[in-house]
Amino acid sequence: MMSEEPPTSSLKELDAKLKAARGHLHANDPKNNESKAEAGNGLGVALKIGVEFVSAVGVGVAIGLFLDYWLETKPWLMLVFFILGSAAGFLNIFRVMSGFGYAAGYDAKSADKKSDRPKSE
Amino acid sequence: MAADGGHSPLEQFVIKTLVPIEVGGVDVSFTNSALFMTIAVVVASSFLVLGMRRSAIVPDRWQVAVELAYEFIAGLLKDTIGQEGRRYFPIIFTLFMFVLLGNLLGMLPYSFTFTSHIAVTFAMAILIFISVTILGFARHGMHFFSFFAPPGTPVYMLPLLIPIEVISYLSRPISLSVRLFANMLAGHTLIKVIAGFIAVLGVAGVMPLALVVALTGLEILIAFLQAYVFAILTCLYINDAIHLH
Repeated sequence: MMSEEPPTSSLKELDAKLKAARGHLHANDPKNNESKAEAGNGLGVALKIGVEFVSAVGVGVAIGLFLDYWLETKPWLMLVFFILGSAAGFLNIFRVMSGFGYAAGYDAKSADKKSDRPKSE
Repeated sequence: MAADGGHSPLEQFVIKTLVPIEVGGVDVSFTNSALFMTIAVVVASSFLVLGMRRSAIVPDRWQVAVELAYEFIAGLLKDTIGQEGRRYFPIIFTLFMFVLLGNLLGMLPYSFTFTSHIAVTFAMAILIFISVTILGFARHGMHFFSFFAPPGTPVYMLPLLIPIEVISYLSRPISLSVRLFANMLAGHTLIKVIAGFIAVLGVAGVMPLALVVALTGLEILIAFLQAYVFAILTCLYINDAIHLH
């Protein structure tokens, strides 16, 4: 793809120009970028939260109903797993809101910090 | 559906059989949903292949669009997974383009939005979920189970925390698929419902018309946003499977 191009000096010039243009762009729009990112995040978070909670409760209840059906312990396991599902739902919301991502446990960063500390537990 | 035909806001979601096919008693007919999936694949492939056919050093507009799409997903992978993420580029890029085109093609009049069907989105989500789980086991073996026990948890809390973490993990494919399907379904239904007021209100129909124009813009934003969310969540799941915590 580059075989037909003239010597690299013109390419270097082009590269320099591109870099200058990009630097210019970035210098100009940090404000724009921030406000856009915030709006996008706000909308995204609002769309995520409800689904996160309801799906966890749904999975909890489904597991409970299945185990009840299997072990013939109606309705107790459903109730237990409803509560566990709600807890998992709040956990999901907490993770979305606090920027832990969706990892079980903690974020890679916080895990790293933990392993840096001397282990007292 | 409405008896008068074409006036129900839900009419647009009806699956119609175009070419009836039956294999071993299973209905695998070619439907309008399948047709639009095919169109999405063809449009995505031609967008990329035709856009890159010259692959000039100084690109034209089309090539810039293709490169933007590539760099967008490449950047996403680098931010969420890191250098290791490069090898998952094909699957994430394919998913992103497929969902994005499914959402955007649905914005055309008389078209069909295949991402507004839970059957489609859940099939994608459960495939991602199973592959990511297999990936986790392949990378870490039985150590993958430590995923469900956050580091530093006291032993007596484990019987309570592990079920919660497992439920949280199992809820991933549900939330991934429901989010996409619900957004597309709700948006398209809303546009149709409000569009239904335009003719009924006569001159005052200008107001719902303006609203429909605004909502169409919003729907296009959501089409991009949901495709992005689908892609970034898949990245995060892969990241979890690779790095645990």
